[in-house]
Amino acid sequence: MNAVETKNLTYKYSVGTPFETTAVDDISVTIEQGEFVGVIGHTGSGKSTLIQHLNGLLKQTSGEVFINGRNIWDKDVNIRDIRFEAGLVFQYSEYQLFEETVYKDIAFGPKNMGLSDEEIDKRVKKAAEQMGLNEELLERSPFDLSGGQKRRVALAGVIAMEPKILILDEPAAGLDPAGRDKVLEEISSYHKNSETTILLVSHSMEDIVKYAKKVLVMNKGKLFCYEDVDTVFSMSEELKNIGLDIPQISKLAHLLKQKGIDIGNDIYTVERAKERLLKIIKGNTDA
Amino acid sequence: MLKDITIGQFFPGNSIIHRMDSRFKIVLDILYVVMLFVADNFISLTIAGIFILMAYAVSGIKPIMMVKSLKPLLPLILFTAILNLFFINGTEEPLFKWWVITIYWEGISTAIFMIVRIICLIIGMSLLTYTTSPIVLTDAIERLLSPLKKIKLPVHELAMMMTIALRFIPTLIEETDKIMSAQKARGAELDTGGLLKRAKALVPILIPLFVSAFKRANELAMAMECRCYKGGDGRTKLRQLKASGLDYMVSLLMITVFGFIIVDNMVF
Ligand SMILES: Nc1ncnc2c1ncn2[C@@H]1O[C@H](COP(=O)(O)OP(=O)(O)OP(=O)(O)O)[C@@H](O)[C@H]1O
Ligand SMILES: [Mg+2]
Repeated sequence: MNAVETKNLTYKYSVGTPFETTAVDDISVTIEQGEFVGVIGHTGSGKSTLIQHLNGLLKQTSGEVFINGRNIWDKDVNIRDIRFEAGLVFQYSEYQLFEETVYKDIAFGPKNMGLSDEEIDKRVKKAAEQMGLNEELLERSPFDLSGGQKRRVALAGVIAMEPKILILDEPAAGLDPAGRDKVLEEISSYHKNSETTILLVSHSMEDIVKYAKKVLVMNKGKLFCYEDVDTVFSMSEELKNIGLDIPQISKLAHLLKQKGIDIGNDIYTVERAKERLLKIIKGNTDA
Repeated sequence: MLKDITIGQFFPGNSIIHRMDSRFKIVLDILYVVMLFVADNFISLTIAGIFILMAYAVSGIKPIMMVKSLKPLLPLILFTAILNLFFINGTEEPLFKWWVITIYWEGISTAIFMIVRIICLIIGMSLLTYTTSPIVLTDAIERLLSPLKKIKLPVHELAMMMTIALRFIPTLIEETDKIMSAQKARGAELDTGGLLKRAKALVPILIPLFVSAFKRANELAMAMECRCYKGGDGRTKLRQLKASGLDYMVSLLMITVFGFIIVDNMVF
């Protein structure tokens, strides 16, 4: 089944003022259930705007949005149900915290779903654990935490709703390298355990390559392409033209090729580069 | 929605109105308000109305912005109109009579008069903020009030406070929008339920908003101190306000219209 489908989705900000901008321009895309999709695009390309349509926070100027096969603006669809189905974590989500304790803040979403206290308790603890927040933190005030911890609380707040589709807007931006890896690993394992569909907006090509299977590329509000990781990163010239980059290790592979050491055109991760290089080195010594 | 609030919104441009000295604009705007209250018959009000419409035409601000500036004050306008409609007693026969409601011809005409007057007032004030950047505006206010420094009024500090407040209105609106979206994404219901429920629903919005507003204020204070801000004494201006021939011409036009209205009042 298709988890997410948009048809000719268009959104304009500030309609009727001199500041009118088309942030999302005629996007039609279909994302299958269970997919892990990386969303990339230059700053201001409309990524955040696009994903806010997927749980009905923004209503499109024209076009249609389907979540799990249902048109979310149909009269008999309750938009709140859609929001529990498609969980959205905002860019800089740490600013949404408001409760006295971390526990209560994580429980806000599940509570709105009308779950039983037991179920809420179970989910809060599970989500906190998944995000690497230990029990002792749960009783602290969210305002006393560090930036990275706050971010994890915010993520846990959405994960505790156990959405079928999890949409994340730069969840790892501004975290230290260990924190990034931890958060992204957790998201990845959430993906594997519960067969959810994940949309991950990120400026880091390395992260996209590491976790996503497919990549949705945005350019100036338009859909540039929606393809496999391999296909997308083999178009390094096109990506460069729209202000994007390929992973650093791919650049290194290109440079090596120019110097006469061909380790292949499909190098996106350090692991693969290492593998190929070792093969070449071994081959040389054998000969 | 929140984004539709137009108070303090500025549309850059290069029209005559945009190029005028902001001190003149403020004084003329005040004069215009006085003019509206001096005008006591339809002819003078029409003149004042045409004047402001012409100013809009010259400024290049889209007419839709006039409507937008009126929207938040619509209840006030309607309230005034209704009061006048029902409570003005005329000298002639009532036009309409039912239970306690009696409507006289005078009531209708006064109601229309008041509506037009308030509309002119609001769009007149809006034109000032539409065509003047907030920074320049407060700068001008500081200049205009500077004689009050003699009586130890902290004019510069007041102007600085205003600049900062104006500067942060859009930021706070944007932030409120963002926080609202984030809470809605977690299933918060903001626009359903009774009064108490709605008031409670505001908590998840207001707390993060206050927290970040205080944080911003703190950071701003720190940044200002780092750049050695220490009040208005001995501070020079990057942008000097200068009156030009244009300003005197527009003032002359305004005074002429004002004179016209006074004469008109006396005749009719
Ligand atoms: N609230 C708003 N009001 C008006 N215009 C907006 C608003 N939010 C975004 N825009 C405009 O819409 C366009 C797309 O913005 P969007 O935030 O979706 O980009 P993005 O791809 O998420 O960028 P980033 O990588 O910086 O997060 C930009 O041109 C931006 O200026
Ligand atoms: Mg964004």
